[in-house]
Parts: sequence; C-alpha cells; structure tokens
Amino acid sequence: MTAGIDLGQPQAQSVRSDEDVVRVRQLVRAVAVAVKLSLVDQTKVVTAASELARNTLVYGGGGSVEVTTVDNGRRKGVRIVFADSGPGIADLNLAMTDGYTSGGGLGLGLSGSRRLVDEFEIETSPETGTRITVTKWSR
Amino acid sequence: MALSTEESGRLAALLGGQAERVTTRWTEIVTSSLRGRLSQAELRRQVEDLHRAIVATGQHGEIDLASENAAELRAALTELSRGRARQGFSATETTISIFALKDVLAELVQEAGGATALHDFVAFSKLVDEMGLFTFESFVRTRESLIADQAEQLLELSTPVVKLWEGVVAVPLVGTLDSARAQVVMERLLQTLVDTGSPYAIIDITGVPAVDTQVAQHILKTVVAARLMGADCIISGIRPQIAQTIVALGIEFGDIATKASLADALRHVLRLSGVETARRQPRRGV
Repeated sequence: MTAGIDLGQPQAQSVRSDEDVVRVRQLVRAVAVAVKLSLVDQTKVVTAASELARNTLVYGGGGSVEVTTVDNGRRKGVRIVFADSGPGIADLNLAMTDGYTSGGGLGLGLSGSRRLVDEFEIETSPETGTRITVTKWSR
Repeated sequence: MALSTEESGRLAALLGGQAERVTTRWTEIVTSSLRGRLSQAELRRQVEDLHRAIVATGQHGEIDLASENAAELRAALTELSRGRARQGFSATETTISIFALKDVLAELVQEAGGATALHDFVAFSKLVDEMGLFTFESFVRTRESLIADQAEQLLELSTPVVKLWEGVVAVPLVGTLDSARAQVVMERLLQTLVDTGSPYAIIDITGVPAVDTQVAQHILKTVVAARLMGADCIISGIRPQIAQTIVALGIEFGDIATKASLADALRHVLRLSGVETARRQPRRGV
C-alpha cells in the first residue's frame, strides 16, 4: 500500500461504503508511517480517521476524504479533511458532548476524535454540509 | 449490430467450407498469445466448439448475439470465458481467443475476393468485436463471483472459536471488525458457549489494528450477550497504543476484565475457576 504514495500530493479517497472507511484507514496509516509518527500517534490518528470517515458515511450520506502531509519547519504532520454535503450538524455543542448520539453509536466518535488529534476544526451548515479538518503532528 | 441473413450465410459458408483449416489457423494464433499455458488439445476443443456454434447460428439465419437463435453461441462464449477466469488467465488472454478469429477471417475474405469482400469483412469484424465484448463481460462476471465467494470464505475463516481449556473458549479476532464480521463472531461465540457449556470466554483483539467506537461497541455487545447466557467474558490482547487510544476516545469497558495478553487472560480465568498452575521444581542432581 505504501509504495504508491506520493507525499507531495494530497491523497483523495471518496467515502461511499464501509470498504471505503477501511481504505481511508489504510491510506492514513501509510501517510502517518511515512511522516514518521510514533506507533501510538499512528494508532490515534488512524482511529480518529476511522471515526470521522464513518461519520461522513453514516451522518453525511457519503463524501470525500483528503490526506496531506504538512510541515511547519520544525515538525511534520498529517492533515486530513473530511467533507460531506449532508444535512450538517444542528447543535454542534451537543454533538461534541461525550455520550450524545443521534444514531445508534456510543456517542464518542466526534468528541473522542478531537482528543486523539492535535488540531480539530469543524465547519457545518445545512447548505454546505460538514467539513472537518484534523491535524496530528509528530513529536 | 446483427449480421443480416445473407451476410450470416456467407460467413457460415466461409468458415464452414474450410473447417479444418480455420480451426487450425485460429488455434495457432491463440497458442502464440497464451505461451503454452493451455494445452493444445484443450484449446483446439474450445476453438472447435466456437467454430461449430458460429457456423450453426449462421446457417439458421441472421446472427444477433442477443437473439434466441444465438443461444448456443452465447453458451460457448460463456463457457470459454468462465474457464479462463477460473484458471487465472487475464482479460486480454481471454478475449484474444475471440479476436484471433478476425485474423483468420481477414485471410479467408482476401482469398475469396469478390465485390462484397470489404463490406463483408467490416460486418464480420463487428460481430467478432461484439463476441469479444460479450466474452469480456462474462469474464468479469465470473471474476466478481469468485471474489464474492472468497470474501465469504474469508469471513468464515477469520472467526474461529477455539477451546483453550475445559470450560474456556477464546475468539482470536484478526483484521477489521465490521458489522458483518461482528455478527458472525457473536453468533459463533454464543453457539460455542451453548455447545461446550463453557462458563468463560476470552475475546483476543491482538490482531485488530485499530479499535474505534464501532469496534468497541461490537465487542461490548458481544460481551453483554455472553453475560446474559451466564458466561464471563475477558478481553485480551490490548496493546499499549490501543490502550492509550481507547482512553483518549473515552470508551469505558466498565467492569469487564481486560488483559494485555491471551496468556494473562487464560491464567486469570484458570485462577477464577480454581485451577492451580505452579512451576515445576527444576530437577536437581542430574
């Protein structure tokens, strides 16, 4: 899987099915290994990507994921953008509360993912859908 | 796309008139492209079947692959592509067996000459293209069904429930735990608990690369279901990075016993069930 990854280019993956969530996971893991994240950080960012990609699929009705490497001069990192054109999140504060779910999950995906990464941004509206950007830096 | 009755008749006459020569030449061309991966005799048989089907269809009137008339031809093409797909030939190697007919036809038409030569060759060529596409379609369909079969087999293979000790069963999970597999795991585990009357079950997640909330939820549901049946569940194989991720996500396993390795889990269960394990004293004076 890692052989075909060009780190200079953003890697895109559409999310339309459960198999695509697995592909997102593999892609993120490959990029995380390439920027030399520690094993713990790899696992964290892969898990966060898995959660958010599944949210894109289940609540956003499918969308796309883009994985890029980032470099701030001192450290390298992985940046992942999850975008869907679904109905958006009605109450962001509520959605970010541990244990709240509008589906049948544990209600930890969104709030838990935020704790797994270093930077977490979320833009959501009923018109444009939801766009989540997360970044994990190497240590 | 279909060949008219006159064209079909001419095609049947052209191919049928020199049956021996056509099949030999056809087999020759295909053999060179397959590089000896299929025996000459087998190939010749397939080519003869196809040849016979085309001639028979042509004699009956117009050749249209979609029509009732061409059922035999379609069956021959399907059989060929199915065989190739199962033997692991590539799509090119499969369809070339059909396209090779074009070379043969070009030679025959050229020899026969006549006013309709060019017109006929174009029409025959179209038919061959159509046959090639049909073969390709059925090749892909066969491959897809193979893949589906394999996915199903994988599902079966990857979820064994093993008996570790009297009254202790274990499920070593490997790979991605999606909803379908979680369902299979749960069913197998619960059935094994009934069949063996085991009071303890160990779910080992050493081989699960990432534990997200969905995986955790599936495991928790399985544990709760096992408990309802009176069995105690232990989760083992929690590696350091998984433990840290679970904490950060905020997943709580509550009062479910968890262990770092399968060995720890087995020891824990044996102690609970009153089996004493002791290291034997090394023999002295040997």
